Amino acid sequence: MTSLLNRLFGRAKKGSGATAKNRLHFVLQHDRIHLPPQRMEAMKREILAVIVKYLVVDQDRVEIALEQRDRSHSKLVAVIPFAKEKQVQIELGPAVAAGGSDSNGAGKASEAVSDDDLREEESSDSEVGEPLAEADETSKSDTDSEEKDDKKT
Amino acid sequence: MAGKVVTISSGKGGVGKTTATANLGISLASLGKKVVVIDADIGLRNLDIIMGLENRIVYDLVDIVEGRSKLRQSMIKHKKFEDLFLIPAAQTRDKMAVSPEDMVKLTDELREEHDFVLIDSPAGIERGFRNALEPADEVLIVTNPEVSAVRDADRITGLIEAAEKGPGRLILNRIKPELVKKGEMLSSDDVFDILGLSIIGIIPEDELVLSASNSGVPVTLNTDSKAGMAFNNVARRLTGEDVPFMNLEDDPGFFRRLVRLIEGL
Ligand SMILES: Nc1ncnc2c1ncn2[C@@H]1O[C@H](COP(=O)(O)OP(=O)(O)OP(=O)(O)O)[C@@H](O)[C@H]1O
Ligand SMILES: [Mg+2]
Repeated sequence: MTSLLNRLFGRAKKGSGATAKNRLHFVLQHDRIHLPPQRMEAMKREILAVIVKYLVVDQDRVEIALEQRDRSHSKLVAVIPFAKEKQVQIELGPAVAAGGSDSNGAGKASEAVSDDDLREEESSDSEVGEPLAEADETSKSDTDSEEKDDKKT
Repeated sequence: MAGKVVTISSGKGGVGKTTATANLGISLASLGKKVVVIDADIGLRNLDIIMGLENRIVYDLVDIVEGRSKLRQSMIKHKKFEDLFLIPAAQTRDKMAVSPEDMVKLTDELREEHDFVLIDSPAGIERGFRNALEPADEVLIVTNPEVSAVRDADRITGLIEAAEKGPGRLILNRIKPELVKKGEMLSSDDVFDILGLSIIGIIPEDELVLSASNSGVPVTLNTDSKAGMAFNNVARRLTGEDVPFMNLEDDPGFFRRLVRLIEGL
């Protein structure tokens, strides 16, 4: 209530106290899931690299972020907008590893993403708009291979 | 009697655990409770000094645990309060001289005849902290409104929860209301938002804490001390009483008074 009224009367914090709070939020998010910021960034790049193998997404608007209600409820939330205005929201629990069992059926998909792959993906960022058709083909061929798998089993 | 074992912990050192333990011991005793305070900081004995009992020490925690002295004869009675006792830490031994099981055994015995057993935990997350945590029924976490202290409080909160001793309650010590007002210090609301722990005490920065430790007479015995009053309130909350948080600002000024008035309606 006090803070509400303070805000109402324009006494919102602007000084180093607010900076302290922001820094704490940041550092505790990472402390609590035992994943330091740099590794988190690497993981995001890997996740994105896997996704762009299959989908044409709007890479500039991709958001993969940690959400924390309190110290025992953290989740990783990924918002992956498609390039063509469609939008999917995927929620990944903290325990879900990249390249999990879901992708096993899809042949090539289960390949580990190496640093080299990452760099390739990054360097092709600039051509996001262009390879639309190509990507469509890729997704078709994926469904093909899934069908083949289905027939086998 | 089934007394309660309350451990005072922090993670980061120097935030006010020993100050809090001494003052809560005195406050609880002045509320008529039977209290034992234990200094679990082996090798860095402090609680005796803060309580002004350093010249009465004969035996210490390690003597008790190793069977060299009887529990009764090792407890040091406070000068003012019949029912307040101190078990001092050993000064010349290390933390490994006592195990968590030793602490459980000791506090189970003390519980029988006392309302509260307060344990002053050492800083850190190692053996000394484990010793203090294991027998706890409740854990109080002391922190300062400072990034590193709050971070360490969060770390210790996780360990307390993992040991199934949680959730701890927070004592936010050394608040400077004028800095909070200027936005130059984390407020109690901020710390609550960040840690998600309920707050059992907000203790202002108070010069009298230093003179109290100089003289060995904790601030709760000084009626002029705001920190002393705040510690008294924590003690009452520990006994289950619902005590409103005190106003820490000296002169609120007309506008703040008005705001407070409106809030009170
Ligand atoms: N509210 C307060 N106002 C002013 N000074 C304070 C306050 N609380 C504690 N202090 C001072 O802070 C210092 C550290 O306090 P204390 O020894 O209680 O911390 P501690 O957490 O027990 O430290 P350690 O981790 O070393 O055991 C002391 O000098 C004490 O006088
Ligand atoms: Mg101490």
